[in-house]
Amino acid sequence: MISFGSASKLERGIKQRARALNAFLVDVYGRGEIVRAGRIPARLVYRNDAYEKAVVGFVPPKGVYSHIVGIDLVRTGPEDFFVLEDNCRTPSGVSYMLENREIMMRMFPTLFRENRILPIDNYPEILRRTLASVAPLKCKHDPVVVILTPGHFNSAYYEHSFLADLMGVELVEGQDLFVQGEFVYMRTTEGPKRVDVIYRRIDDAYIDPLCFRADSMLGVPGLMDVYRSGGVSICSAPGAGVADDKAVYTYVPEMIRFYLGEEPLLKNVPTWKCAEADDLAYVLDKLGDLVVKEVHGSGGYGMLVGPKSTKAEVEAFRGRILANPGKYIAQPTLALSTTPTFVEEGIAPRHVDLRPYCLVGERIELVPGGLTRVALKEGSLVVNSSQGGGVKDTWVLAE
Amino acid sequence: MLSRTAANLYWIARYMERAETAARLLEVGERISLLPTAQGYRNEWDSLLLAAGSAIGFDAKYGDPVQRNIESWLFFDRDNSSSVSASIMSARENGRIVRTALTSQVWDALNGAFQELREIERKPRSEMELSRLTEWTMRHCAMVRGAIDATLLRNDGYNFLNLGYYLERGDSTARLMDVKYYVLLPSIDYVGTGYDNYQWTTLLRALSSHRAFHWAYGGEVTAGKIAHFLILNPQCPRSLITCVAGMNNHLGRLAKLYGLPTDLHTRVTALQSEIEGLTQDMIFEEGLHEFLTRFIRETADLAAMVHDTYLSGDLR
Repeated sequence: MISFGSASKLERGIKQRARALNAFLVDVYGRGEIVRAGRIPARLVYRNDAYEKAVVGFVPPKGVYSHIVGIDLVRTGPEDFFVLEDNCRTPSGVSYMLENREIMMRMFPTLFRENRILPIDNYPEILRRTLASVAPLKCKHDPVVVILTPGHFNSAYYEHSFLADLMGVELVEGQDLFVQGEFVYMRTTEGPKRVDVIYRRIDDAYIDPLCFRADSMLGVPGLMDVYRSGGVSICSAPGAGVADDKAVYTYVPEMIRFYLGEEPLLKNVPTWKCAEADDLAYVLDKLGDLVVKEVHGSGGYGMLVGPKSTKAEVEAFRGRILANPGKYIAQPTLALSTTPTFVEEGIAPRHVDLRPYCLVGERIELVPGGLTRVALKEGSLVVNSSQGGGVKDTWVLAE
Repeated sequence: MLSRTAANLYWIARYMERAETAARLLEVGERISLLPTAQGYRNEWDSLLLAAGSAIGFDAKYGDPVQRNIESWLFFDRDNSSSVSASIMSARENGRIVRTALTSQVWDALNGAFQELREIERKPRSEMELSRLTEWTMRHCAMVRGAIDATLLRNDGYNFLNLGYYLERGDSTARLMDVKYYVLLPSIDYVGTGYDNYQWTTLLRALSSHRAFHWAYGGEVTAGKIAHFLILNPQCPRSLITCVAGMNNHLGRLAKLYGLPTDLHTRVTALQSEIEGLTQDMIFEEGLHEFLTRFIRETADLAAMVHDTYLSGDLR
């Protein structure tokens, strides 16, 4: 539950961050001013695995690379919110946010009648509007939006079909699309139909076998050529991943100052970059007290939670850091807020984080809520669903 | 509508109808096996395999056409893509992919059949009488069909589902008749004997049309009347004319909906008027088996045209 005051402060901070991240992406695929100005090391950007050479010099419609920015927040005190990480590619979990609310409204209607809980059910509509607003230059009609899924074997397929259904758009697989001339078409019962905006839920590497991984069966051959010539928009834009790894994360406050000329409204968690000698020495010294993560890791894998680990685990991890320091960052173990959670032994406190979804198109919009993820194991700080985490509905109360 | 979505819907219907056909074949087989045979020992079960069009796969895996093996093959075996089990699995998988194009009632009916099937498969075979298995199958097929009719929007998806149902049903009625005529009675001596009539009656029962037949015709059961009923009578829900008219209706609705006339629709219209112009004598003159073979071939051509016209995405 979040008060209206906190929520609007968060909202401003999140929007600011989403603007800066997109400005950064346009810049690093363009003139690279921020690198020239020496505000972020060139190595971190241009030698990043997520840096796509295929889109250098291309500016996507409305200058937006990341259309759905999921920003993971934690709280350590009454008004102390920190950004844990940014997700600029295709953050998942929004179907849980919507379904949680549906279930809560069905189970506890009186709570909703007695409290003034701001609604979130217009999210799919805002998402559709956002995607339509970034239609490509060559699109002169009402844009046709589709969701591109890897297929029904994917673990997030439910979310893909759920969103397509609520947005009223087609859910397509790579095999349903083909490129002809300057455009992308989908195969329909009425013949080929032009597609203008693709909200893709597959990774960069798979979207076009002619441009990226040649063995990809999930993508559409020739898609990138159409994209670069303004025949179709891809959301999020290929290459957006360079803004959300855990080493670039440390420079986001710098981006906000550089591009927007503002002070960051949301704090970063202090982060030590093992690539830098001083930081590395500090991390190795305090390893037992810190949380260490892989720069490109996600899903709660490949990380060390110092205070919760055995001596042997800490020592093993020390070896891995020393072998490749550039691969790791470290953060202090935060006293994450907890929320009452119904677990086996009854109601008990469990640690949580919050992921609001910020939509960036012609406008930047946010629904009042988000996905609260909860670590179901006692004392655990890892909330990822792949690691046994759960989810909760999140309320923003009107004034 | 996406071609792939249309294909999924069309195949849900075809697989459900196919499951029902496999169950009906088993029912015919069981009733025939209860008959005293005219030629001493004669195994009737293998004729079912011919009707199901899967004799080769069966021979390779089981060899011996005894009841238990046939039951395994036509009901349980996933290696047989037309078995009840494989068909229901495929129908449900197609449904899962297009979950959002279905109402929750249709999905529950498909998924319910699948869940119960898994329980049946865990039970010892000795507890499962064949008649219960066939009855179970037909009940679930009816539930899916009923949910579609009662709850689904009458849009293009509904037309593709029905197209699948009618096409598969026409094909299976033709195949079931062909078992009786071609395989069970290779010798002309039996035609018109009591044995022959008993088997015709069995066929009617398997098509759930025994009572209906008597309502429509009454009196003696003869080959001519049955052929008329199952081929030419538009009152019979499984007759070839009903199935062709059903296909024609739904193809016509699609053509109108999309504003695109198709060769497929023209061809089905031609087929319908050909059958409407037939009499039972004309069919027997051509030869029932020859007529049925021609119909089965025509159905296969139509299925290919459905694919080319609507399911491949390159409209012609």
